Amino acid sequence: MSTAAVSLRGIGMSFGAHRVLDGVDLDIAAGEVLALLGANGAGKSTLIKVLSGVHPGHDGTIRIEGTEQRMDSPLRARRAGIATVHQRVHDGVVPGLTVAENLAFDDLAHPARRGPSAVLLRRREVLAAARTAVEVLGLDWSDAVLRRDVAELGISDAQLLVLARALVHRPRLLVLDEPTSALSAAEADRLFAVVRGQRAAGLAVLYVSHRLGEVDALADRAVVLRDGRVTSDTRAPFRWDVVLPAMLGERAAVHPVGPDGIGPPPREPLPAGDVAVRLRGVRLLPRSPALDLDLHAGQVTGVVGLLGAGKSELAHGLFGSASWAGGTAELDGRPFAPRSPAAAVRAGVHLVPEDRAGQALLPGWSIARTLSLPFLRELSRGGVVDRATEADRARTAVDRFGVVTRSESTDVGELSGGNQQKVVVGRWLVPGVRVLLLDEPFRGVDLGARRDIGGHARDAARAGAAVVVLSADVDEVLEVADRVLVLVDGAVTLDAPVSAVPRDAVVAAFSATSPGGTPA
Amino acid sequence: MTDPLTKPAPTPAPALPEPAPRASAGARLAPGLDRARELLVRYGFIAVTVALIAWFVLSEPNFRTADNLYGLLEYAAPTAIAGLGVTIAMTVGGLDLSVGAAAGFGVSLAAWMMVVQNQVGGVAIGAVLLGGALIGLVNALLVVWARIPDLLATLTTMFAVMGLKLVLVDGRSISSRMTLEDGSTAPGRFTDDFLWLARGDIGPVPVPAVLLLLVAVAVWFLLERTRYGRLFYAVGANAEAARLAGVPVGLYRSAAYVLSGVLASVAGLLLAARIGQGDVSAGNSLLLDAVAVALVGTSVLGRNVPNAWGTVLGAVLVSVMVVGFSMKGLPYYVQDVAKGAVLLAALLFSYTLSRRRTALPGQPAAGGAE
Repeated sequence: MSTAAVSLRGIGMSFGAHRVLDGVDLDIAAGEVLALLGANGAGKSTLIKVLSGVHPGHDGTIRIEGTEQRMDSPLRARRAGIATVHQRVHDGVVPGLTVAENLAFDDLAHPARRGPSAVLLRRREVLAAARTAVEVLGLDWSDAVLRRDVAELGISDAQLLVLARALVHRPRLLVLDEPTSALSAAEADRLFAVVRGQRAAGLAVLYVSHRLGEVDALADRAVVLRDGRVTSDTRAPFRWDVVLPAMLGERAAVHPVGPDGIGPPPREPLPAGDVAVRLRGVRLLPRSPALDLDLHAGQVTGVVGLLGAGKSELAHGLFGSASWAGGTAELDGRPFAPRSPAAAVRAGVHLVPEDRAGQALLPGWSIARTLSLPFLRELSRGGVVDRATEADRARTAVDRFGVVTRSESTDVGELSGGNQQKVVVGRWLVPGVRVLLLDEPFRGVDLGARRDIGGHARDAARAGAAVVVLSADVDEVLEVADRVLVLVDGAVTLDAPVSAVPRDAVVAAFSATSPGGTPA
Repeated sequence: MTDPLTKPAPTPAPALPEPAPRASAGARLAPGLDRARELLVRYGFIAVTVALIAWFVLSEPNFRTADNLYGLLEYAAPTAIAGLGVTIAMTVGGLDLSVGAAAGFGVSLAAWMMVVQNQVGGVAIGAVLLGGALIGLVNALLVVWARIPDLLATLTTMFAVMGLKLVLVDGRSISSRMTLEDGSTAPGRFTDDFLWLARGDIGPVPVPAVLLLLVAVAVWFLLERTRYGRLFYAVGANAEAARLAGVPVGLYRSAAYVLSGVLASVAGLLLAARIGQGDVSAGNSLLLDAVAVALVGTSVLGRNVPNAWGTVLGAVLVSVMVVGFSMKGLPYYVQDVAKGAVLLAALLFSYTLSRRRTALPGQPAAGGAE
């Protein structure tokens, strides 16, 4: 048997009494894309950190092409041939520098040369190094692009930049952690093409994703981690009905899968109730056409759209946190133009924003305080917060949403991503909510948490709320919605009941280039 | 190839329930060290304060006297009260550099009202408080409406207010019955009710102590028990998240600066009553002390958020140091070195050793234990 590009033996890692990784053995061959799957808390991130030199105190050995290597710093890991692209793209670029300087940054920070030539910054050499990096990826970025400030790059180009920087040192293993979590479908396709090209060139790729569709499209082999151990190791084509139980364990029984093996089992669609929100002549983007749209109570409306299609604008306009380029709205038949989120909350319109860390969580705040922040007025008497009621309320929410935590006074930052999201969604999913806007509610959460959150959204709709789920992921929306809308450049290109429209039609509506605006 | 270095590192014995791994400098320390650090962060300042007091009490007989307690208080009360103002500004994620200038302005304004305008103490007090609120309002306008970064905005206000004070009093210190520019004698003097603020007693307790306690309890109650305090902290923790939770962020930022200005002017009243004249240099050193004690207060008890009792404790520590060291005959500039060391220790606690990273701007909430 040929030597694996990277070979892990007995990798273990503990944090206090908690064994996060427990004897992981894994071989990754050259020219292989290996998908690493697992629920939140399974140990995926820790394994990545071990590989990228962040956790030098791990047990076990790492061999690269047969040679044992110690990963005791990120620099050592990179020099040993492991390049890692982390989930948060913007952590990987240095703002204020040009694209070229970013591409050549590793060399700038740790020059191979010594002496005075290593001190001087030579623009021409930087540009040349950057060109080499870009050619590795086969990108056609001109010198003009390379001279631009890196802040001018969109998120997808920034992702490619980080990838190019990782590949410039000719690594043996490329680790990609949730690389598509911020990308649109077209941008993700571009990324996949690059990854396939690198695979053909003999690179080993460890691909971490929650999106099973991507794994189907890209991976040769899939390994599942659960509770720090490998519980499944299969080759493509994958049988999700076998893989998912390995991933979710007993939770698979709680979240049964449907006949396709991925989605949930068929469910009863909820009928449209009264019109809760009526939009007339609303222009989501400065140049987009006027939109007439009715959102019904008692059902889940799914809005699919790429970044920049107007999804977030729709949500924030209704929530009073941004204003539309034009148009009016009515809530339950009365004119509705909230001037602030506070006004929207008073009217029963709640928004779960898309960026959990940036827009919802408060560093250092407990679960109870995070949950109560928008509702402190009701929880206070004479301005004094009733902390007993606040704690009771939080305990109820923790139970109801199945947040895994020691207590309601735990810092939200200590929870796993999926549990953080449950807190953020649970905060707004309170009795009496009239319109619940969920902007990318499933981003970075595992399948179990995704089903839980989707279930609670449907419960809210059943209780009479108008629930709107906005996402760039067709499958996420189809899984939870009763009615699906596709937004392209601020116009609706498809509006249909989920039960009456095949998935392919939804995907096709994305590529509609001449939006006509066809409201129901 | 086997190399002794690549042997699996021994797994540390589980001692503390560690909720989540963090890539902080301390995360790799052994559990014993972890524990020690935890204790140091939580109780280090209190231990140092107690040790210092014990040392001064044992080595300096005068330290125990009532006179000395009074001197301690004279120093601690204005510093702590101005520091509490800075604390409130810090809860919304800002910093108020104009507190020293606002206090100094209060000193001169009080003297001018009483001596030149021949007003009673009550009117002077009202004018000073109003002036402090106005200074805070200007800060609020600059920070919230004009969107100037807080450090720069309050620095600007500091200069403007210092200048304004000198314009008001023609650049001179105002004392009772002083000779005015036209050769006449000033009509008024520092009234007794005003001087009572610093020199009076309520029962056995000096008035500044009572005032300090009242202000501290009020600020503590506001920040820890009321909805408003919660929203101050929310704005400071993540202004965008607070806005999207329905918090009127601009209003709370403004209120924080106004409160900071008012508390600075209260500190000015105490200074004026203590000195008994409108000393134009009064308040000059208050800014650094007030900001320092608020920062020290942030790290006291390891909470790592600005808080009322922490600030008061910080002021006590700094006052004990200043008074004790001057009894030991150390020159004032050595005291400054000591103050700098205490502040450095506080910042090390907050930024380097603490597990809670809430005081670090721009840090996202730490990820989960995945």
